[in-house]
Amino acid sequence: MIAQLAFVAVLGFFGYLLSRRILRIKKNIQLGKPQTIKDNPSERWKTMLLVAFGQKKMFKRILPAFFHFLIYIGFILINIEVLEIILDGLLGTHRLFAPFLGSFYTVLISFFEILAVLVIVACVVFLLRRNVAKVDRFHKIEMKGWPTLDGNLILVIETVLMIAILSMNAADQVLQDRGADHYTQTGEFLISGMMKPLFANIAYGGLVALERAAWWFHIVGIFAFAVYVTYSKHLHIFLAFPNTFYSRLEAKGKMNNMQEITNEVKIMLGMSTGEDAGAPPEGMKFGAKDINDLSWKNLMEAYSCTECGRCTSECPANLTGKKLSPRKIMMDTRDRLEDVGLDLQKGGKGLEDGKSLLDDYISREEINACTNCNACVEACPVNISPLEIILQLRRYVAMEESAAPQSWNMMFQNVETNFAPWKFAPSDRFKWADELKEK
Amino acid sequence: MSENIQIPTMAELAAKGEKPEVLFWVGCAGSYDDRYKSVTRAFVKILNKVGITFAVLGEEETCTGDPARRAGNEFLFQMQAMANIQVLDGYEIKKIVTACPHCFNTLKNEYPDLGGNYDVVHHSQFLQELINTGKVTLKGGGEFKGRKITYHDSCFLGRANNVYEAPRKVLEALDAVLVEMKRCKTKGLCCGAGGAQMFKDAENGKKEINIERTEEALETGANTIAVACPFCMTMMSDGVKNKEKEGAVKVQDLAELIAEAEGLNG
Repeated sequence: MIAQLAFVAVLGFFGYLLSRRILRIKKNIQLGKPQTIKDNPSERWKTMLLVAFGQKKMFKRILPAFFHFLIYIGFILINIEVLEIILDGLLGTHRLFAPFLGSFYTVLISFFEILAVLVIVACVVFLLRRNVAKVDRFHKIEMKGWPTLDGNLILVIETVLMIAILSMNAADQVLQDRGADHYTQTGEFLISGMMKPLFANIAYGGLVALERAAWWFHIVGIFAFAVYVTYSKHLHIFLAFPNTFYSRLEAKGKMNNMQEITNEVKIMLGMSTGEDAGAPPEGMKFGAKDINDLSWKNLMEAYSCTECGRCTSECPANLTGKKLSPRKIMMDTRDRLEDVGLDLQKGGKGLEDGKSLLDDYISREEINACTNCNACVEACPVNISPLEIILQLRRYVAMEESAAPQSWNMMFQNVETNFAPWKFAPSDRFKWADELKEK
Repeated sequence: MSENIQIPTMAELAAKGEKPEVLFWVGCAGSYDDRYKSVTRAFVKILNKVGITFAVLGEEETCTGDPARRAGNEFLFQMQAMANIQVLDGYEIKKIVTACPHCFNTLKNEYPDLGGNYDVVHHSQFLQELINTGKVTLKGGGEFKGRKITYHDSCFLGRANNVYEAPRKVLEALDAVLVEMKRCKTKGLCCGAGGAQMFKDAENGKKEINIERTEEALETGANTIAVACPFCMTMMSDGVKNKEKEGAVKVQDLAELIAEAEGLNG
């Protein structure tokens, strides 16, 4: 009974922390501008099934995709067992599902145990890739400090949780063999069955303590990890799904049209605006200087990024040593969101803290280096577009500040006066044909 | 042999009450860039040869606005776009072909939001269609036999618009050996000029992007680097010059290669 109360308290505590964090993240994302994405739902479901559920784009790189898939499958399926653990905790039962499932229970848990081992193998491989093989994309400048620690912590926590579940099962089975009260007979599990010799010499009391400790460690570990995930790049495990659902379905080359400018241009050209567009709303700015100038979709993408760096490793600017890293664009956007969000939570000034995404987080040199080649967008396993943010920042610089690079301002001038980006006379435009005609 | 080359403008055809099958959108590079003008001429020769009725806008054509938009100047882009749409709609244009992937992308994907709806194809797709329908029959002459060609994907054609096969099918029709670079198709490396980079110096770094890409192209051992974009043409040509390989390796557009195979260069 005490154990049940303790479990309810633990569940409530972590549930509170988790829901508070989820609400905070939701509010942060809602700092973004509204954007309606409702078109073509069938195509959207398909994209989500293929890209998030089916991990289609992960498989562009087979090796990491394979090991990532093991962790993914492990995560999804082992959670079925977590359901049983939570119910046991609440009801004071032990292995609630065992009597209902009979021998299938043994098969099921054995299958989960195989997955647990595969998850451990995958985590170890990933730790080696990050820390020993030094895969280049994990050691870019934006990965210094917390992002690297975060990546390693996640892998270590997952490994430890899997070891806990296997130890729990092994101790449980030794207790079953000794006919201990309360320990339902389940038959031998495939992996933990082999671990029994490790626990064979422990006395009854110690064994029960060990089994309970592993049980509590595992379940509290999962709750704590769930809260940790919301502060971590690991949030992709949930957000990959909505992120792919709401991803762009149009050609990658298409830039979003700015309707507010269309209205103004139409007025300038003396064309009817169709609807009564009126003057642009007070305080409206063109492009983005800070996170609240971006759309909620851009902001959700920042939370969906798991910092794998596939974008950066394919970025031509980054490959040739420029400051731009598409991954950093997403990380900076999230950092800004988190800073503003935490400040607001403390009753601070939030967005009015004198800082902005442009300049305080992302430099002009970075956004100026982008070739709009879409390599980052193509590479992202969850369809994030760092390019949209870059272009919105460029729009702010060019239109609100008229501070685009000097050569671009000259190009603008050429387009305006000569109708070509170069300084050639419009009357020379058709000269190329002369050579053909003269012959 | 080019005495019969016709390059009608829309204005001329309209005066005669005629309409062409397709408008050839030449683009600024195709009109002014010395190197790319030869691509424009090669494509016009092909159009003449196959007997497709086409026209150009001539002096009525202006920048689509693409570089202004990518550099952040949405105002200028929309001014250009609206003006162009007025001209295109004035002539009741239905179908457009262009040899510039940037013009292609903008006309095809971005003009519809501003009321300009056209059937837009890139010249690689157009050439593929000509080959498929037998209007261009390459004899597989000795000229290209065994010649190694590598194709450099333009980002605005490839990733931006998923056109990967058409340019390759055109090259395959030449009976040459098509060799792929390490990074190609969806993973193709940019030439470095997209997103208005063509109109400013690169930011500080260790290397120029076009040099990195040229090195990849040279690694294939190809003696021709085929391109399908005026900016790629400039960047790859500069790269080859930088590597002092301009004697051994040619950078050519698809239309130039087809015109060459058809014996239209003269």
